[in-house]
Amino acid sequence: MSIQDFIDSQVKSNDIVVFMKGTPQFPMCGFSGQVAQIFTLLGADYKGINVLDSDEIRQGIKQYTNWPTIPQIFVKGEFVGGCDILREMYQSGELQTLLEEKGIPVMGRASA
Amino acid sequence: MAMEAAEIERLIRDGLPDAQVTMRDLAGDGNHWHATVVSESFRGKSRVQQHQMVYAAIGEPMGGVLHALALQTEIPKA
Repeated sequence: MSIQDFIDSQVKSNDIVVFMKGTPQFPMCGFSGQVAQIFTLLGADYKGINVLDSDEIRQGIKQYTNWPTIPQIFVKGEFVGGCDILREMYQSGELQTLLEEKGIPVMGRASA
Repeated sequence: MAMEAAEIERLIRDGLPDAQVTMRDLAGDGNHWHATVVSESFRGKSRVQQHQMVYAAIGEPMGGVLHALALQTEIPKA
């Protein structure tokens, strides 16, 4: 299986996938940590893929999305963006709406 | 490795000639920048596309020598 096929299969077989530096329990970079925190606050489960484990994945994901940085977030196979887009969406409540629309259970709603 | 604000600004403007760029050094180390970019060319584009336009303008340094660039993209107020 090529790296692009692997990435494609991962993003299509999990509701939320985060290509990150480190793991959900131990993010190894500030931006990955912020993403982990947002999903923890929402109580939304996600699959964390640690790009530090494989340089092939680390470069492959950047080609897959034509996005040069890590972390990268996918919801139902769709590329949502990086840390700052996710944070903007969370603060505006847009992320909660997107998850609900996609049928992904969400706990807290950001206060208005 | 780090990059100067002026260098990042120049790259963004080369790619987006009408862009207004405001740089902020997040960590004071010249390695974690925040850029607010206002450009008419963003109109009608999704946030991801807008950010991709800025990353394309910056090109090769992005994700390499320029470790992190937090972005805020906006359309000029009419």
